[in-house]
Amino acid sequence: MDFTTMLLQLSTGMLESVKIFFFTLIFSLPLGLLICFGRMSKNSLIRNIVKVYISIMRGTPLMLQLLVVYFGPYYLWGANIGGKRFLAIIIGFSINYAAYYAEIYRSGIESMPVGQYEAARLLGYNKIQTFGRIILPQVIKRILPSVTNEVITLVKDTSLAFALAHMELFSMAKQISAAQTTFMPFVIAGVFYYVFNFVVAILMEKAEKKAAYYR
Amino acid sequence: MNLLEMNHIKKSFDGVSVLKDVSLSVKEGQVLSIIGSSGSGKSTLLRCATMLETIDSGEIIYMGEKAAYTDDKGKCVYAPPRELKKIKNYFGLVFQNFNLFPHYSVIKNITDPLINVQKKDKEEAMEIGRKLLEKMGLPDKENAYPFQLSGGQQQRVSIARALALNPAVLFFDEPTSALDPELTGEILKVIKDLAAEKMTMVIVTHEMSFARDVSDYIIFLDKGVIEEEGTPDEVINNPRNERTRAFLSRFEN
Repeated sequence: MDFTTMLLQLSTGMLESVKIFFFTLIFSLPLGLLICFGRMSKNSLIRNIVKVYISIMRGTPLMLQLLVVYFGPYYLWGANIGGKRFLAIIIGFSINYAAYYAEIYRSGIESMPVGQYEAARLLGYNKIQTFGRIILPQVIKRILPSVTNEVITLVKDTSLAFALAHMELFSMAKQISAAQTTFMPFVIAGVFYYVFNFVVAILMEKAEKKAAYYR
Repeated sequence: MNLLEMNHIKKSFDGVSVLKDVSLSVKEGQVLSIIGSSGSGKSTLLRCATMLETIDSGEIIYMGEKAAYTDDKGKCVYAPPRELKKIKNYFGLVFQNFNLFPHYSVIKNITDPLINVQKKDKEEAMEIGRKLLEKMGLPDKENAYPFQLSGGQQQRVSIARALALNPAVLFFDEPTSALDPELTGEILKVIKDLAAEKMTMVIVTHEMSFARDVSDYIIFLDKGVIEEEGTPDEVINNPRNERTRAFLSRFEN
Protein backbone atom coordinates (compact mmCIF):
# COMPACT_ATOMS: atom_id res chain seq x y z
CA MET A 1 0.00 0.00 0.00
CA ASP A 2 1.48 3.34 -0.96
CA PHE A 3 1.61 6.34 1.31
CA THR A 4 -1.19 8.27 -0.45
CA THR A 5 -3.65 5.38 -0.19
CA MET A 6 -2.81 5.01 3.47
CA LEU A 7 -3.30 8.71 4.03
CA LEU A 8 -6.61 8.61 2.21
CA GLN A 9 -7.92 5.68 4.23
CA LEU A 10 -6.81 7.25 7.47
CA SER A 11 -8.57 10.44 6.42
CA THR A 12 -11.89 8.62 6.23
CA GLY A 13 -11.16 7.36 9.74
CA MET A 14 -10.36 10.90 10.79
CA LEU A 15 -13.72 12.04 9.44
CA GLU A 16 -15.46 9.49 11.68
CA SER A 17 -13.50 10.70 14.70
CA VAL A 18 -14.48 14.28 13.91
CA LYS A 19 -18.11 13.19 13.67
CA ILE A 20 -18.00 11.50 17.07
CA PHE A 21 -16.31 14.60 18.47
CA PHE A 22 -18.89 17.07 17.19
CA PHE A 23 -21.99 15.03 17.98
CA THR A 24 -20.70 14.40 21.49
CA LEU A 25 -20.10 18.12 22.05
CA ILE A 26 -23.50 19.10 20.67
CA PHE A 27 -25.32 16.73 23.01
CA SER A 28 -23.12 16.71 26.10
CA LEU A 29 -22.75 20.47 26.59
CA PRO A 30 -26.50 21.19 27.04
CA LEU A 31 -27.10 17.84 28.74
CA GLY A 32 -24.34 18.73 31.20
CA LEU A 33 -26.17 21.92 32.13
CA LEU A 34 -29.35 19.95 32.75
CA ILE A 35 -27.47 17.44 34.92
CA CYS A 36 -25.83 20.34 36.74
CA PHE A 37 -29.28 21.70 37.63
CA GLY A 38 -30.21 18.27 38.94
CA ARG A 39 -27.00 18.11 40.94
CA MET A 40 -27.81 21.49 42.51
CA SER A 41 -31.53 20.78 42.92
CA LYS A 42 -33.22 21.56 46.22
CA ASN A 43 -35.00 18.23 45.91
CA SER A 44 -32.74 15.75 47.70
CA LEU A 45 -34.05 12.77 45.72
CA ILE A 46 -33.14 14.32 42.38
CA ARG A 47 -29.86 15.57 43.77
CA ASN A 48 -28.83 12.17 45.05
CA ILE A 49 -29.84 10.31 41.91
CA VAL A 50 -27.74 12.73 39.88
CA LYS A 51 -24.87 12.37 42.34
CA VAL A 52 -24.86 8.59 41.86
CA TYR A 53 -25.08 9.05 38.11
CA ILE A 54 -22.07 11.38 38.04
CA SER A 55 -20.19 9.08 40.38
CA ILE A 56 -20.71 6.08 38.09
CA MET A 57 -19.88 8.03 34.94
CA ARG A 58 -16.64 9.30 36.43
CA GLY A 59 -15.81 6.16 38.35
CA THR A 60 -15.90 3.56 35.55
CA PRO A 61 -13.97 3.39 32.27
CA LEU A 62 -15.56 5.11 29.31
CA MET A 63 -14.71 2.05 27.22
CA LEU A 64 -16.77 -0.13 29.52
CA GLN A 65 -19.65 2.35 29.35
CA LEU A 66 -19.57 2.21 25.56
CA LEU A 67 -19.83 -1.58 25.70
CA VAL A 68 -22.74 -1.39 28.14
CA VAL A 69 -24.62 1.14 26.01
CA TYR A 70 -24.08 -0.98 22.88
CA PHE A 71 -24.60 -4.50 24.18
CA GLY A 72 -26.72 -3.72 27.26
CA PRO A 73 -30.06 -3.56 25.43
CA TYR A 74 -29.43 -6.96 23.88
CA TYR A 75 -28.47 -8.73 27.10
CA LEU A 76 -31.19 -7.03 29.10
CA TRP A 77 -34.13 -7.20 26.73
CA GLY A 78 -32.86 -9.16 23.77
CA ALA A 79 -33.21 -6.01 21.70
CA ASN A 80 -31.87 -6.04 18.17
CA ILE A 81 -28.81 -3.83 18.13
CA GLY A 82 -27.71 -4.32 14.54
CA GLY A 83 -26.60 -1.13 12.82
CA LYS A 84 -27.03 1.11 15.85
CA ARG A 85 -23.32 1.21 16.53
CA PHE A 86 -22.76 4.89 15.81
CA LEU A 87 -25.81 5.84 17.84
CA ALA A 88 -24.49 3.81 20.79
CA ILE A 89 -21.13 5.54 20.53
CA ILE A 90 -22.69 9.02 20.56
CA ILE A 91 -24.98 8.13 23.48
CA GLY A 92 -22.11 6.58 25.42
CA PHE A 93 -19.79 9.53 24.88
CA SER A 94 -22.50 12.12 25.52
CA ILE A 95 -23.73 10.76 28.84
CA ASN A 96 -20.17 10.34 30.04
CA TYR A 97 -18.97 13.78 29.02
CA ALA A 98 -22.17 15.44 30.23
CA ALA A 99 -21.31 14.22 33.74
CA TYR A 100 -17.93 15.93 33.59
CA TYR A 101 -19.39 19.11 32.11
CA ALA A 102 -22.06 19.14 34.80
CA GLU A 103 -19.38 19.33 37.47
CA ILE A 104 -17.54 22.04 35.56
CA TYR A 105 -20.73 24.10 35.26
CA ARG A 106 -21.39 23.58 38.95
CA SER A 107 -17.92 24.81 39.90
CA GLY A 108 -18.55 27.93 37.81
CA ILE A 109 -22.02 28.59 39.15
CA GLU A 110 -20.97 28.10 42.75
CA SER A 111 -18.05 30.48 42.30
CA MET A 112 -20.40 33.33 41.43
CA PRO A 113 -20.68 35.93 44.19
CA VAL A 114 -24.11 35.98 45.82
CA GLY A 115 -24.21 39.75 45.29
CA GLN A 116 -24.85 39.21 41.57
CA TYR A 117 -28.03 37.27 42.37
CA GLU A 118 -29.10 39.85 44.95
CA ALA A 119 -28.53 42.78 42.60
CA ALA A 120 -30.52 41.02 39.87
CA ARG A 121 -33.31 40.31 42.32
CA LEU A 122 -33.48 43.91 43.50
CA LEU A 123 -33.61 45.11 39.89
CA GLY A 124 -36.60 42.88 39.23
CA TYR A 125 -35.08 40.20 37.00
CA ASN A 126 -36.94 36.91 37.26
CA LYS A 127 -35.08 33.66 37.86
CA ILE A 128 -34.71 32.72 34.21
CA GLN A 129 -33.49 36.21 33.26
CA THR A 130 -31.07 36.23 36.17
CA PHE A 131 -29.54 32.96 35.09
CA GLY A 132 -29.58 33.62 31.36
CA ARG A 133 -28.54 37.27 31.33
CA ILE A 134 -26.43 37.72 34.44
CA ILE A 135 -25.08 34.41 35.73
CA LEU A 136 -24.48 32.11 32.73
CA PRO A 137 -22.43 34.56 30.62
CA GLN A 138 -20.06 35.07 33.54
CA VAL A 139 -19.98 31.35 34.33
CA ILE A 140 -18.98 30.52 30.75
CA LYS A 141 -16.04 32.89 30.96
CA ARG A 142 -14.93 31.33 34.24
CA ILE A 143 -15.13 27.73 33.07
CA LEU A 144 -13.60 28.12 29.61
CA PRO A 145 -10.14 26.85 30.66
CA SER A 146 -11.66 23.72 32.27
CA VAL A 147 -13.90 23.14 29.27
CA THR A 148 -10.86 23.39 26.99
CA ASN A 149 -9.25 20.59 28.99
CA GLU A 150 -12.27 18.34 28.54
CA VAL A 151 -12.64 19.12 24.86
CA ILE A 152 -9.02 18.24 24.21
CA THR A 153 -9.44 15.00 26.13
CA LEU A 154 -12.52 14.24 24.05
CA VAL A 155 -10.53 14.47 20.82
CA LYS A 156 -8.23 11.72 22.08
CA ASP A 157 -11.04 9.72 23.70
CA THR A 158 -12.80 9.32 20.35
CA SER A 159 -10.23 6.54 19.80
CA LEU A 160 -12.08 4.48 22.43
CA ALA A 161 -14.78 3.88 19.81
CA PHE A 162 -12.45 1.16 18.56
CA ALA A 163 -13.88 -0.94 21.39
CA LEU A 164 -17.08 -1.18 19.33
CA ALA A 165 -15.03 -1.76 16.18
CA HIS A 166 -16.16 1.53 14.72
CA MET A 167 -13.85 2.54 11.90
CA GLU A 168 -12.61 5.81 13.26
CA LEU A 169 -9.03 7.02 13.05
CA PHE A 170 -7.51 4.71 15.65
CA SER A 171 -9.30 1.54 14.51
CA MET A 172 -8.35 2.32 10.95
CA ALA A 173 -4.70 2.80 11.86
CA LYS A 174 -4.69 -0.43 13.82
CA GLN A 175 -6.22 -2.37 10.94
CA ILE A 176 -3.87 -1.01 8.29
CA SER A 177 -0.91 -1.54 10.54
CA ALA A 178 -1.82 -5.19 11.12
CA ALA A 179 -2.50 -5.88 7.46
CA GLN A 180 0.60 -4.14 6.10
CA THR A 181 2.94 -4.90 9.00
CA THR A 182 4.00 -1.30 9.29
CA PHE A 183 4.04 1.19 12.12
CA MET A 184 3.46 4.11 9.78
CA PRO A 185 -0.37 4.36 10.22
CA PHE A 186 0.05 4.96 13.95
CA VAL A 187 2.53 7.76 13.34
CA ILE A 188 0.15 9.39 10.87
CA ALA A 189 -2.79 8.93 13.26
CA GLY A 190 -0.75 10.59 16.00
CA VAL A 191 -0.06 13.56 13.75
CA PHE A 192 -3.78 13.76 12.87
CA TYR A 193 -4.84 13.79 16.52
CA TYR A 194 -2.22 16.37 17.32
CA VAL A 195 -3.24 18.70 14.51
CA PHE A 196 -6.91 18.31 15.49
CA ASN A 197 -6.14 19.29 19.05
CA PHE A 198 -3.88 22.10 17.90
CA VAL A 199 -6.85 23.60 16.06
CA VAL A 200 -9.13 23.01 19.07
CA ALA A 201 -6.64 24.77 21.34
CA ILE A 202 -6.41 27.76 18.99
CA LEU A 203 -10.20 28.05 18.81
CA MET A 204 -10.61 27.84 22.58
CA GLU A 205 -7.89 30.42 23.07
CA LYS A 206 -9.78 32.70 20.71
CA ALA A 207 -12.95 32.18 22.74
CA GLU A 208 -11.06 33.06 25.93
CA LYS A 209 -9.67 36.21 24.34
CA LYS A 210 -13.15 37.16 23.21
CA ALA A 211 -14.40 36.82 26.78
CA ALA A 212 -11.52 38.90 28.12
CA TYR A 213 -13.21 42.23 27.41
CA TYR A 214 -14.19 42.41 31.08
CA ARG A 215 -12.79 41.19 34.35
CA MET B 1 -48.93 58.36 54.73
CA ASN B 2 -45.77 56.47 55.53
CA LEU B 3 -43.87 55.14 52.53
CA LEU B 4 -42.51 52.35 54.64
CA GLU B 5 -43.49 50.95 57.97
CA MET B 6 -41.68 48.16 59.74
CA ASN B 7 -43.38 47.02 62.91
CA HIS B 8 -42.00 44.71 65.60
CA ILE B 9 -39.49 43.07 63.30
CA LYS B 10 -37.82 40.00 64.73
CA LYS B 11 -35.14 38.03 62.98
CA SER B 12 -32.70 35.40 64.15
CA PHE B 13 -30.06 33.32 62.40
CA ASP B 14 -29.57 29.78 63.72
CA GLY B 15 -31.10 30.70 67.04
CA VAL B 16 -29.07 33.88 67.41
CA SER B 17 -31.45 36.79 67.69
CA VAL B 18 -30.26 39.62 65.45
CA LEU B 19 -33.29 41.90 65.45
CA LYS B 20 -35.40 42.01 68.59
CA ASP B 21 -38.62 43.87 68.01
CA VAL B 22 -37.48 46.75 65.82
CA SER B 23 -39.99 49.28 64.49
CA LEU B 24 -39.46 52.22 62.18
CA SER B 25 -41.31 54.30 59.66
CA VAL B 26 -40.23 56.40 56.70
CA LYS B 27 -42.23 59.33 55.35
CA GLU B 28 -42.06 60.67 51.85
CA GLY B 29 -39.00 62.85 51.30
CA GLN B 30 -37.45 61.76 54.56
CA VAL B 31 -33.85 60.69 54.97
CA LEU B 32 -33.43 58.12 57.69
CA SER B 33 -30.01 56.98 58.80
CA ILE B 34 -29.34 53.85 60.78
CA ILE B 35 -26.14 53.84 62.80
CA GLY B 36 -24.60 51.32 65.14
CA SER B 37 -21.52 49.14 65.52
CA SER B 38 -20.94 46.08 63.37
CA GLY B 39 -23.12 43.20 64.46
CA SER B 40 -25.80 45.57 65.72
CA GLY B 41 -28.23 44.25 63.09
CA LYS B 42 -28.42 47.36 60.92
CA SER B 43 -27.53 45.59 57.68
CA THR B 44 -29.91 42.77 58.51
CA LEU B 45 -32.64 45.33 59.07
CA LEU B 46 -31.98 46.73 55.60
CA ARG B 47 -31.91 43.25 54.08
CA CYS B 48 -35.25 42.50 55.71
CA ALA B 49 -36.73 45.73 54.39
CA THR B 50 -35.54 44.89 50.87
CA MET B 51 -36.68 41.28 51.23
CA LEU B 52 -33.27 39.76 50.75
CA GLU B 53 -33.97 38.15 54.11
CA THR B 54 -37.33 36.98 55.40
CA ILE B 55 -38.44 38.18 58.81
CA ASP B 56 -39.45 35.76 61.58
CA SER B 57 -42.27 37.95 62.79
CA GLY B 58 -43.53 41.50 62.49
CA GLU B 59 -44.94 43.60 59.71
CA ILE B 60 -43.54 45.27 56.59
CA ILE B 61 -45.82 47.76 54.86
CA TYR B 62 -44.97 49.75 51.74
CA MET B 63 -47.37 52.56 50.69
CA GLY B 64 -50.06 51.01 52.83
CA GLU B 65 -49.66 47.60 51.16
CA LYS B 66 -48.69 44.76 53.41
CA ALA B 67 -45.61 42.93 52.15
CA ALA B 68 -45.44 40.78 55.26
CA TYR B 69 -47.44 40.39 58.44
CA THR B 70 -47.79 38.02 61.37
CA ASP B 71 -51.05 36.09 61.59
CA ASP B 72 -53.02 35.18 64.73
CA LYS B 73 -51.00 32.02 65.23
CA GLY B 74 -47.79 34.03 65.24
CA LYS B 75 -46.76 32.82 61.81
CA CYS B 76 -45.14 35.30 59.46
CA VAL B 77 -46.93 35.53 56.11
CA TYR B 78 -45.62 37.22 52.98
CA ALA B 79 -47.88 38.67 50.32
CA PRO B 80 -48.53 36.45 47.29
CA PRO B 81 -45.83 36.62 44.58
CA ARG B 82 -47.74 38.93 42.24
CA GLU B 83 -48.34 41.51 44.96
CA LEU B 84 -44.82 41.14 46.26
CA LYS B 85 -43.50 41.78 42.78
CA LYS B 86 -45.41 45.04 42.64
CA ILE B 87 -44.25 46.05 46.10
CA LYS B 88 -40.64 45.37 45.14
CA ASN B 89 -40.93 48.13 42.54
CA TYR B 90 -41.30 50.65 45.35
CA PHE B 91 -37.72 50.39 46.51
CA GLY B 92 -34.15 50.15 45.28
CA LEU B 93 -30.93 49.19 47.01
CA VAL B 94 -27.37 50.39 46.67
CA PHE B 95 -24.96 47.74 47.88
CA GLN B 96 -21.76 48.12 49.81
CA ASN B 97 -19.87 46.25 47.06
CA PHE B 98 -21.77 47.88 44.17
CA ASN B 99 -22.60 44.49 42.60
CA LEU B 100 -22.50 45.89 39.10
CA PHE B 101 -22.71 43.32 36.31
CA PRO B 102 -19.10 43.08 35.12
CA HIS B 103 -19.95 41.75 31.67
CA TYR B 104 -22.20 44.72 30.87
CA SER B 105 -21.00 48.19 29.96
CA VAL B 106 -21.89 51.05 32.28
CA ILE B 107 -24.87 52.10 30.19
CA LYS B 108 -26.10 48.51 29.79
CA ASN B 109 -25.95 48.01 33.55
CA ILE B 110 -28.46 50.84 33.79
CA THR B 111 -30.61 50.17 30.72
CA ASP B 112 -30.82 46.38 30.77
CA PRO B 113 -33.33 46.23 33.67
CA LEU B 114 -35.32 49.04 32.07
CA ILE B 115 -35.56 47.13 28.81
CA ASN B 116 -35.94 43.59 30.09
CA VAL B 117 -37.83 44.12 33.34
CA GLN B 118 -39.78 47.30 32.83
CA LYS B 119 -40.19 46.62 29.10
CA LYS B 120 -39.28 50.14 28.06
CA ASP B 121 -38.06 50.60 24.52
CA LYS B 122 -34.36 50.93 23.94
CA GLU B 123 -34.31 54.62 23.09
CA GLU B 124 -36.26 55.61 26.17
CA ALA B 125 -33.99 53.46 28.32
CA MET B 126 -30.89 55.02 26.77
CA GLU B 127 -32.25 58.48 27.42
CA ILE B 128 -32.91 57.68 31.08
CA GLY B 129 -29.48 56.07 31.40
CA ARG B 130 -27.62 58.97 29.83
CA LYS B 131 -29.47 61.53 31.92
CA LEU B 132 -28.56 59.69 35.12
CA LEU B 133 -24.91 59.27 34.10
CA GLU B 134 -24.81 63.00 33.44
CA LYS B 135 -26.26 63.60 36.88
CA MET B 136 -23.67 61.29 38.44
CA GLY B 137 -20.89 63.16 36.66
CA LEU B 138 -20.01 60.20 34.44
CA PRO B 139 -21.29 61.19 31.00
CA ASP B 140 -18.09 60.00 29.29
CA LYS B 141 -18.13 56.55 30.88
CA GLU B 142 -21.19 55.08 29.22
CA ASN B 143 -19.23 52.53 27.18
CA ALA B 144 -16.69 51.68 29.88
CA TYR B 145 -16.85 48.40 31.77
CA PRO B 146 -17.05 48.38 35.56
CA PHE B 147 -13.49 47.05 36.00
CA GLN B 148 -12.19 50.15 34.24
CA LEU B 149 -13.73 52.46 36.83
CA SER B 150 -12.63 53.50 40.31
CA GLY B 151 -14.66 52.27 43.27
CA GLY B 152 -16.31 55.65 43.63
CA GLN B 153 -17.29 55.70 39.97
CA GLN B 154 -18.64 52.15 40.20
CA GLN B 155 -20.73 53.12 43.19
CA ARG B 156 -22.11 56.11 41.29
CA VAL B 157 -23.08 53.83 38.42
CA SER B 158 -24.84 51.51 40.86
CA ILE B 159 -26.73 54.48 42.29
CA ALA B 160 -27.73 55.46 38.74
CA ARG B 161 -28.83 51.88 38.08
CA ALA B 162 -31.06 51.91 41.16
CA LEU B 163 -32.47 55.37 40.38
CA ALA B 164 -33.28 54.40 36.79
CA LEU B 165 -36.09 52.17 38.03
CA ASN B 166 -37.61 55.20 39.73
CA PRO B 167 -38.05 53.77 43.23
CA ALA B 168 -40.14 55.52 45.86
CA VAL B 169 -37.50 54.81 48.47
CA LEU B 170 -33.81 54.10 48.01
CA PHE B 171 -31.83 52.05 50.51
CA PHE B 172 -28.07 52.38 50.97
CA ASP B 173 -26.16 49.60 52.69
CA GLU B 174 -22.93 51.23 53.88
CA PRO B 175 -22.37 52.81 50.47
CA THR B 176 -18.86 54.06 51.25
CA SER B 177 -17.48 51.18 53.33
CA ALA B 178 -15.81 49.43 50.39
CA LEU B 179 -14.19 52.63 49.13
CA ASP B 180 -10.79 54.17 49.70
CA PRO B 181 -11.15 57.05 52.17
CA GLU B 182 -10.42 59.67 49.51
CA LEU B 183 -13.30 58.36 47.38
CA THR B 184 -16.06 58.46 50.00
CA GLY B 185 -16.61 62.18 49.50
CA GLU B 186 -17.93 61.86 45.96
CA ILE B 187 -20.55 59.31 47.03
CA LEU B 188 -21.62 61.31 50.05
CA LYS B 189 -22.03 64.35 47.82
CA VAL B 190 -24.26 62.39 45.42
CA ILE B 191 -26.45 61.28 48.31
CA LYS B 192 -26.62 64.85 49.66
CA ASP B 193 -27.72 66.07 46.24
CA LEU B 194 -30.44 63.42 46.20
CA ALA B 195 -31.55 64.49 49.67
CA ALA B 196 -31.80 68.07 48.42
CA GLU B 197 -34.14 66.80 45.71
CA LYS B 198 -36.31 65.25 48.43
CA MET B 199 -35.50 61.67 47.48
CA THR B 200 -36.72 59.33 50.20
CA MET B 201 -33.73 57.38 51.50
CA VAL B 202 -32.76 54.93 54.22
CA ILE B 203 -29.03 54.86 54.81
CA VAL B 204 -27.00 52.43 56.87
CA THR B 205 -23.72 54.19 57.50
CA HIS B 206 -20.60 54.55 59.60
CA GLU B 207 -20.06 58.15 58.52
CA MET B 208 -21.31 60.03 61.57
CA SER B 209 -20.81 63.59 60.39
CA PHE B 210 -22.44 62.68 57.08
CA ALA B 211 -25.39 61.10 58.89
CA ARG B 212 -25.77 64.24 60.94
CA ASP B 213 -25.71 66.51 57.89
CA VAL B 214 -27.95 64.55 55.57
CA SER B 215 -30.56 62.90 57.81
CA ASP B 216 -33.92 64.06 59.06
CA TYR B 217 -34.04 61.21 61.51
CA ILE B 218 -31.46 58.88 63.01
CA ILE B 219 -31.84 55.47 64.57
CA PHE B 220 -29.11 54.04 66.76
CA LEU B 221 -29.26 50.28 66.75
CA ASP B 222 -27.42 48.20 69.32
CA LYS B 223 -27.58 44.42 69.63
CA GLY B 224 -30.79 44.24 67.66
CA VAL B 225 -32.60 46.90 69.64
CA ILE B 226 -33.24 50.58 68.88
CA GLU B 227 -31.46 52.22 71.78
CA GLU B 228 -32.06 55.78 70.71
CA GLU B 229 -33.80 57.61 67.89
CA GLY B 230 -34.62 61.15 66.95
CA THR B 231 -33.33 64.11 64.99
CA PRO B 232 -29.57 64.29 64.31
CA ASP B 233 -29.36 67.00 66.92
CA GLU B 234 -30.93 64.75 69.53
CA VAL B 235 -29.07 61.53 68.71
CA ILE B 236 -25.65 62.71 67.65
CA ASN B 237 -25.20 66.07 69.34
CA ASN B 238 -27.09 65.38 72.57
CA PRO B 239 -27.36 61.62 73.07
CA ARG B 240 -29.22 60.68 76.23
CA ASN B 241 -28.49 56.98 76.12
CA GLU B 242 -25.27 55.68 77.68
CA ARG B 243 -24.68 53.20 74.83
CA THR B 244 -25.14 55.89 72.20
CA ARG B 245 -22.62 58.07 73.93
CA ALA B 246 -20.13 55.22 74.16
CA PHE B 247 -20.63 54.40 70.49
CA LEU B 248 -20.28 58.00 69.35
CA SER B 249 -17.24 58.67 71.47
CA ARG B 250 -15.36 56.12 69.38
CA PHE B 251 -15.87 58.40 66.39
CA GLU B 252 -14.68 61.55 68.14
CA ASN B 253 -11.08 61.28 67.02
